[in-house]
Amino acid sequence: MPDHQHEPERAIAGTGMGGTMDLGVDEAETLEKRPGVPDGRGPQEPPRSLWSDAWRDLRRNPVFIVSALVILFLLFISLWPSAIASGSPLKCDLSKAQQGSRSGHPFGFDGQGCDVYTRTVYGARTSVAVGVLATLGVAVLGSVLGALAGFFGGVWDSVLSRITDVFFAIPVVLGGLVLLSVITSNTVWPVIGFIVLLGWPQISRIARGSVITAKQNDYVQAARALGASTSRLMLRHIAPNAVAPVIVVATIALGTYIALEATLSYLGVGLKPPSVSWGIDISAASPYIRNAPHALLWPSGALAVTVLAFIMLGDAVRDALDPKLR
Amino acid sequence: MTETVLEVSDLVKHYPLTQGVVFRKQVGAVRAVDGVDFRLGRGETLGIVGESGCGKSTVAKMLVNLERPTAGSIRYKGEDITRLSGRALKAVRRNIQMVFQDPYTSLNPRMTVGDIIGEPYDIHPEVAPKGDRRRKVQDLLDVVGLNPEYINRYPHQFSGGQRQRIGIARGLALRPEVIVADEPVSALDVSVQAQVINLMDRLQSEFDLAYVFIAHDLSIVRHISDRVGVMYLGRIVETGTDTEIYDHPTHPYTQALLSAVPVPDPRAREHRERIILTGDVPSPTNIPSGCRFRTRCWKARERCALEVPALAVPPWFAAAGGPAAHDSACHFAEEAHVVPDGHGGGPG
Amino acid sequence: MLLEVRDLHVEFHTRDGVAKAVNGVGYGVDAGETLAVLGESGSGKSVTAQAIMGILDVPPGRITGGEVVFQGRDLLTLKEDERRRIRGAEMAMIFQDALSSLNPVISVGDQLGEMFTVHRGMSRKDARAKAVELMDRVRIPAARERVRQYPHQFSGGMRQRIMIAMALALEPALIIADEPTTALDVTVQAQVMELLAELRREYHMGLILITHDLGVVADVADRIAVMYAGRIVESAPVHDIYKAPAHPYTRGLLDSIPRLDQKGQELYAIKGLPPNLMDIPPGCAFHPRCPLARDVCRTDEPPLYEVSATRGSACHFWRECLDD
Repeated sequence: MPDHQHEPERAIAGTGMGGTMDLGVDEAETLEKRPGVPDGRGPQEPPRSLWSDAWRDLRRNPVFIVSALVILFLLFISLWPSAIASGSPLKCDLSKAQQGSRSGHPFGFDGQGCDVYTRTVYGARTSVAVGVLATLGVAVLGSVLGALAGFFGGVWDSVLSRITDVFFAIPVVLGGLVLLSVITSNTVWPVIGFIVLLGWPQISRIARGSVITAKQNDYVQAARALGASTSRLMLRHIAPNAVAPVIVVATIALGTYIALEATLSYLGVGLKPPSVSWGIDISAASPYIRNAPHALLWPSGALAVTVLAFIMLGDAVRDALDPKLR
Repeated sequence: MTETVLEVSDLVKHYPLTQGVVFRKQVGAVRAVDGVDFRLGRGETLGIVGESGCGKSTVAKMLVNLERPTAGSIRYKGEDITRLSGRALKAVRRNIQMVFQDPYTSLNPRMTVGDIIGEPYDIHPEVAPKGDRRRKVQDLLDVVGLNPEYINRYPHQFSGGQRQRIGIARGLALRPEVIVADEPVSALDVSVQAQVINLMDRLQSEFDLAYVFIAHDLSIVRHISDRVGVMYLGRIVETGTDTEIYDHPTHPYTQALLSAVPVPDPRAREHRERIILTGDVPSPTNIPSGCRFRTRCWKARERCALEVPALAVPPWFAAAGGPAAHDSACHFAEEAHVVPDGHGGGPG
Repeated sequence: MLLEVRDLHVEFHTRDGVAKAVNGVGYGVDAGETLAVLGESGSGKSVTAQAIMGILDVPPGRITGGEVVFQGRDLLTLKEDERRRIRGAEMAMIFQDALSSLNPVISVGDQLGEMFTVHRGMSRKDARAKAVELMDRVRIPAARERVRQYPHQFSGGMRQRIMIAMALALEPALIIADEPTTALDVTVQAQVMELLAELRREYHMGLILITHDLGVVADVADRIAVMYAGRIVESAPVHDIYKAPAHPYTRGLLDSIPRLDQKGQELYAIKGLPPNLMDIPPGCAFHPRCPLARDVCRTDEPPLYEVSATRGSACHFWRECLDD
């Protein structure tokens, strides 16, 4: 027989959120004292918004702390790589090719004789740039289109759903190989553009769904009954309550976009040398995997840690924003 | 009779059932509300009772213009509000406000209590000058029995009963004449229900409010209402004062409904005659011909399938007068006594 | 006694602290008897039932003390597989929400039949026949045809009947019904309660009816246990309690419901709110809301005083309450 816990759920919900029951004015007491000044008991706890609750949770979550530290470090080295790596990632000396670690060059040298440490540090910039910018693009485009579809529904929604279906049907790597191979520009922009093009439907679906959920809440009806304008409903009532899933999915997607950039660069259609990217380095080092495994290991390790950090951050944010999942 | 603030006539809401994606074709309709009439006087409470799916919530939504009726009119002080839009609609909304059932979904969790109760003033800035609003919101909190200092709290910091008070305060902000309350206490615990009902009673006399009070709990409806309408499958089948409906019901559905209500007195169970209805409520897509209650009615005869009974005082009662002479949509209306007397809420 | 709960304690460990949901509950049911457990949300009435059934979520829940003696054995000391054999066969539960308690992708006939194939090792064909018989017994019209249908094809009242049929399948000695009619309309509620009462008589089962509805209790219960903040505050035969409650909380509840037979004046309202289970007031948990409260109530937790041989009240001033 399936089990159900209506009662304990309520019991926990009633008490678990901390002070749901204890802060209140004594209901009938103030009625009797009316018209009254506040009853003697002062507020027992300060105002707590759901965002501040989420932040309080995050601060106590070790997963969040570790992943946030990793991400802060990544941001730091992508802004100021020279702070921890003195050389240039493009200064290579073929005579040192494939050599192991030594003083001043802790990660050794790759097949071209470039310093692996310096290249790994500089590679972070590409990854972070692609990850952050592509996510921003995807989130803005996806949530605007998805929110409009969810809010207005009807024809607009059907059309958008069909378009997202089409984009979902495009295999990412194959699409990248075809689309990016015709582009000659060796910057991060074509890669970002490609990711935004293929990535927005994912966010738009999430945004559409959570807007539809939020739209059905009575508080939206209440605002409508008051005569609130569409923009007010959207910005004040629906968006703040629909944004959490978008944030979570976007954070996790950020990690996967970084991995995608590396994949595309590995395949030779993303960034190309002389740009510096972990994907390029992994690609270049793979023929020498027996002789110089370190040249493959360090950029791949950096990539794995980065992707993992963003996915963990996304998980921690999800837990904090949606206490029901616990 | 007092001044009429709201007059509803032949109100209909049908939701079309369509087939096909590209070429939509209407194949039927959910007849959620199928011809409802009533009037509401200033300061009066009209209770609407009925089981789930009878259309009572749809009526509520149409009254506050959240749904547009398919046909019929809703007149607020003589003006039909169903065809209004823009500025005129916004002006009318000020006078008819709603209190929702679920105190957990009816308050925006991202807004403070002050923002929630103050939102009516943002939308209708002419009601309160900006500098005045905080004080007005605090006054409202005080009026509904909450500590005005809690203006910066968020809804999840309050209990269900307190949230319902916040919802009532929001409904009062624009000083409406009519408040439509859709099951305002059914989500609350018994001990808190009484607090909220007393609050609504007090506010009614304080602000001269007219209530449309929609609920499935017949005892609560009797307590708060001056007049009661019983709905079944999209129509009012019987309407009258609380005494007429509860002590002298003439429609078989009302009688069955009243006889099914469990009363808090174990002595009642021995000598109480229960009318147990058979079967389920028919689907609103396929409403029976004639009298819509006939499929579950023990009195049904041929005439009931052929002729729709009008909601009017049955002629055989009209002549005699007395409490049985009230509107009842039944060809064979008969008075019956189904509520046990003197059952006590305790010894008091 | 068919079932006796003694001094049961259940806690929930949440990120904000420990919620004491059940704090020393004791009650008993005889075969053929209906015990109503009355309480508001958070009173611990359902948590107690889950602890009896052994379906409490652990963690976050934890049984920290007490005994659940069923047919002479303490269930809390049994191993999980022994308890599983008792669940369904010896004691069964009916939930409020029949739609989510039934599997939407399995026909009701197969769900009912499963009880027999799993517990009794019957063949599918025999089990199907049994399912039809059960559906007949809970008065589902056209059982033979409808046995192949899926839960969503039934109305709310019919689904609740299917739940009852499922609970009855193996003829258990005890049924626990947790708000079985709360989600139903009044007319349907009457049908379902009537059915439950009849089946209880027919099978001579013990029935624990968990509810917040004083009307339903008055209709069907033999005895009542009123719960507040995880404790039994009053326990008595049904007629006694409605005639003269011996606890101020019971009295408050009875006075706060509007009456069907007359319009009445302002309702009595119990002041304040139910306590936070993480911070239950010391002494009598009800004292902050109680009109009779005195100093001793703030410090000393009242035991369940014996009012009469069949009756108990956890109020220091039960005599006063009774005389009022």
